[in-house]
Amino acid sequence: MEKTNWLQRILEELNIINNCRKYGLSAFQCPQFLFFLMGILIILSTITAYILGNRYIEEPLLVAFVVILTSEILLVIAVLITRSFERLAEANRLKSEFVSVVSHQLRSPLSNLKWSIEILMSGRIKSVTEKELEFYNILRENSQRMEELVADLLIVSRIDQGKFYMKKEECDLANTIKEVVQASQIFARASNTEIISKIEENLPRIMVSPSQIKQAVENLLDNAIRYSKDKGTVEIFLEKKNRYLCFMIKDSGVGIPKVDQRLIFQRFFRSDNALRHKTEGSGLGLYIAKSIIEKSGGKIGFKSQENVGSTFWFTLPINAK
Amino acid sequence: MKTILFIEDESALQKTVGLVLNQEGYEVLSALDGELGLKMAQKKRPDLILLDLILPKMHGFEVLKALKDNPETKDVPVIVLTNLEGISEVDKALELGATTYLVKASYTLEELVSKIKTALGDK
Repeated sequence: MEKTNWLQRILEELNIINNCRKYGLSAFQCPQFLFFLMGILIILSTITAYILGNRYIEEPLLVAFVVILTSEILLVIAVLITRSFERLAEANRLKSEFVSVVSHQLRSPLSNLKWSIEILMSGRIKSVTEKELEFYNILRENSQRMEELVADLLIVSRIDQGKFYMKKEECDLANTIKEVVQASQIFARASNTEIISKIEENLPRIMVSPSQIKQAVENLLDNAIRYSKDKGTVEIFLEKKNRYLCFMIKDSGVGIPKVDQRLIFQRFFRSDNALRHKTEGSGLGLYIAKSIIEKSGGKIGFKSQENVGSTFWFTLPINAK
Repeated sequence: MKTILFIEDESALQKTVGLVLNQEGYEVLSALDGELGLKMAQKKRPDLILLDLILPKMHGFEVLKALKDNPETKDVPVIVLTNLEGISEVDKALELGATTYLVKASYTLEELVSKIKTALGDK
């Protein structure tokens, strides 16, 4: 099974026309096709130079001419490849800029919406009936969902544009985790999931961006609860191992199918079984968590088995500056 | 009654924040662009200024600098209230003399009021 998947992937990679179509590029603008063409030309020119060199060794000018001609063709192809990469990079830059501008523009109306709903719910204008409150709650929760998505998109666009900065300061990771767990209790109870924390005492403080690390932990815990099966359990561990703090979160959820595991940290990726279980979700949480942990000098990983559960972990260096 | 000048081009925000602050016992003056905001700050001498950054006619940073360069307004606490959350913007605002930097998306109105009260020494 493993071997077939591996072979399938190689065949997919070799399907150049399909890959070029995916980028919406013609053959002579597509880096994969141009590389392929260049490879063939290099092979042919080597063979031709060998044959010519063998047969017409008395005429070095002819051999030199063929070698120079082939080199020039290769040079033109190299320029075309560079151009096509530039176009792809430019398209990527424009996309990131577009996401950034749209997200920023969405923030103001969302703030208006959020604060207006808050005023209506607070009873500052008039007293609110229970039925009204129920619908205001729907409005609030949905505007909050939009705000969270916009915030995630802004982080992703910052990562893509290389503008994802981090202001490091001393952080008590154990405390941060306790806060996140506390804040997630309502969601966990609503999902019929129990959170069990096993956090070592007297852990050293670390230099990270507390708010960003908090977000990484939130994303991991949110996933663990979200994809738990009925009456699930989420276990959280934090301990010191040599010069690192090691965090681990273990759930008894739907797990990640083997075929999807290599893609799980890619942005916007959601595995089929996750989609079946919960349609909500942007596929950005793990991508953001990974970016935060790696930018903090740590490492992140997981092991998972479909229908059994997943264990995500990260480590953060204790003495990082 | 203490006076708060709110320099913000979104009229919807002027309404929501204005209503809550009025109910909390503050007089709220509204300016929909940076230039007008600066003029009103110099003329009315408010007790606190709530300042957005992306503003028509004059950017929030220019307003903040002008306020802090003027001996008559330099002691008025300024809370920057924006949706920009880059580290460079936060650093620049604090460097120019802002009392606090708040990102609209991260706060509820009640939390905002609480921050304003703290800055005014009413809490």
